[in-house]
Amino acid sequence: MRRRDLISPGFLYYALMAAFLYLPIALLIVFSFNDGRTLTFPLKGFTTRWYEQMLGTRELIDALWNSIALGIVSSIVATALGTLAGIGVSRFDFPGKRAFLALASMPLVIPYVVIGVALLLLFKTINPDLQLSLWTVGVGHVVINIPYCMLIVASRLAGFDAHLEEAAMDLGATYWGTLARVTLPIAAPAIVSAFLSSFTTSFDEFAVSFFLIGTESTLPIYLYSQLRFPSRLPLIVALAAVIIVASIILVIFSEALRRVGRPASRTAEA
Amino acid sequence: MIHERRRVAALMLPPALWLVLLFLAPMVIMAAYSFRAGTFEPERSIFTIEQYQKFLAHTAYHRLLLQSILVAFVVSMLCIVLAYPIAYFLAFRAGSLQYTLLTILIVPAWISYLLRILAWKVILGSSGLLNSFLISAGLIREGSPILLYSRDAVIVALVYVWIPFAALPIYSALQRIDRRLLEAAADLGCAPWEAFFRVTLPLSVPGLVAGFFFVFIPTVGEWVTPTLVGGVSGTMYGNIIQDLFVRANDWPLGAVMSLVMLALVLVQIAVFVRLSPRGLSDLAGA
Repeated sequence: MRRRDLISPGFLYYALMAAFLYLPIALLIVFSFNDGRTLTFPLKGFTTRWYEQMLGTRELIDALWNSIALGIVSSIVATALGTLAGIGVSRFDFPGKRAFLALASMPLVIPYVVIGVALLLLFKTINPDLQLSLWTVGVGHVVINIPYCMLIVASRLAGFDAHLEEAAMDLGATYWGTLARVTLPIAAPAIVSAFLSSFTTSFDEFAVSFFLIGTESTLPIYLYSQLRFPSRLPLIVALAAVIIVASIILVIFSEALRRVGRPASRTAEA
Repeated sequence: MIHERRRVAALMLPPALWLVLLFLAPMVIMAAYSFRAGTFEPERSIFTIEQYQKFLAHTAYHRLLLQSILVAFVVSMLCIVLAYPIAYFLAFRAGSLQYTLLTILIVPAWISYLLRILAWKVILGSSGLLNSFLISAGLIREGSPILLYSRDAVIVALVYVWIPFAALPIYSALQRIDRRLLEAAADLGCAPWEAFFRVTLPLSVPGLVAGFFFVFIPTVGEWVTPTLVGGVSGTMYGNIIQDLFVRANDWPLGAVMSLVMLALVLVQIAVFVRLSPRGLSDLAGA
């Protein structure tokens, strides 16, 4: 892009839309430092007291740890299952492959409210007295995340020639040895990226969690429950600012990882 | 051959089992629930089509379903129309910067959806940022806030959330266009705008269709956004499902309504697969 193009209508439109996308987020961050009980213009002065209050709120810290634990555990399961599926669909042809792909694409396109209530019905049918908990939420998060993990791993493997694995086996490695020493290392950046993207999704997820959560809270559930109290809004905004900054860092990290060590032609195309 | 089958089984069985038992089975159980008379004992075991009759008799539910379809349609159209120039600029004009500029666009899409809706609640609220700003600028009078707790607020917030997702498939469709076609059009005397309408736009239709469905499918089932910024006029079909399960405890009727939503989405996907040359893989963004 030449300097002349920076004032082209196309770029101006892009800049305008980017501003539209970032402005609401930026406003939340700015107002998290605002020394006022209501979120209105004009700004009142700089304070960090909402952050201090946040750290002193017990339920919030509990919800944060719940979200982190839930995110880690559900993402490990989703990444493991998604990686197996990703390797399977990109390296083998087998009967039922089309049916599996259709099934695995479904969670991507079915409204979360339907996934949430259907799982609730499953749990209540298995055992009407079942206590809903973070575990039941985790099951839902794994279902949502398997398709993404599979796609991320499969698209990484599609960029590498399957002959690499065949060569390893010709040289005497067993299939599982090849998987461990050739396929998985090739897929490693995608696996990490799949884990991070699952974690981000799980950490943010609300629509499914809402139906499957018991007495504990995740951060989004806590946040939602506090929205009823206007006096809690500045606190919530400070919390939002922290989550926003943390997720931006996580996303940039995960995007960078997906680019690591790709074959040259692919990098150029991306 | 035996070896290969065992390998495939070892790789595919765990994810397939998880999806069948914890995704497909719940849908089947939901279908079974829709024929029950009530949520709790002893009505559980009765087989009846009463819930379907209830649904058919409730015109308010049909209105909400239509309203949800309408909102999702408007949001999806706005998203692809607003996203098209961005995608076009990135694919044809941004040169070596396009990957960076695309990433800048995508990052907000990864921030918690609940928080981005919260941002709009803060902006649009009665003593919210937009209205307090407009009042202090003297543009509107106190007590007549605009865009507050309405269907329009839902539309604005949803368009905001989904624009980056609409831009992606359009961008990748534009990128796939062979640039030599445009050179050929120019050599044959086609004016740039004519080349756009006769070459670029038709070739980007798959991306537009994918972008539309990418937004439409999740939007039509929305219930969180209407709860936060919708007020009474912004209520959507998903809100009723949520209410039937959480407050009203009428699970069989909720199951019927979820199945209607599911059927609606499946029909759309069938249409999409018909319209799109690469089928579901377009929708999955792969």
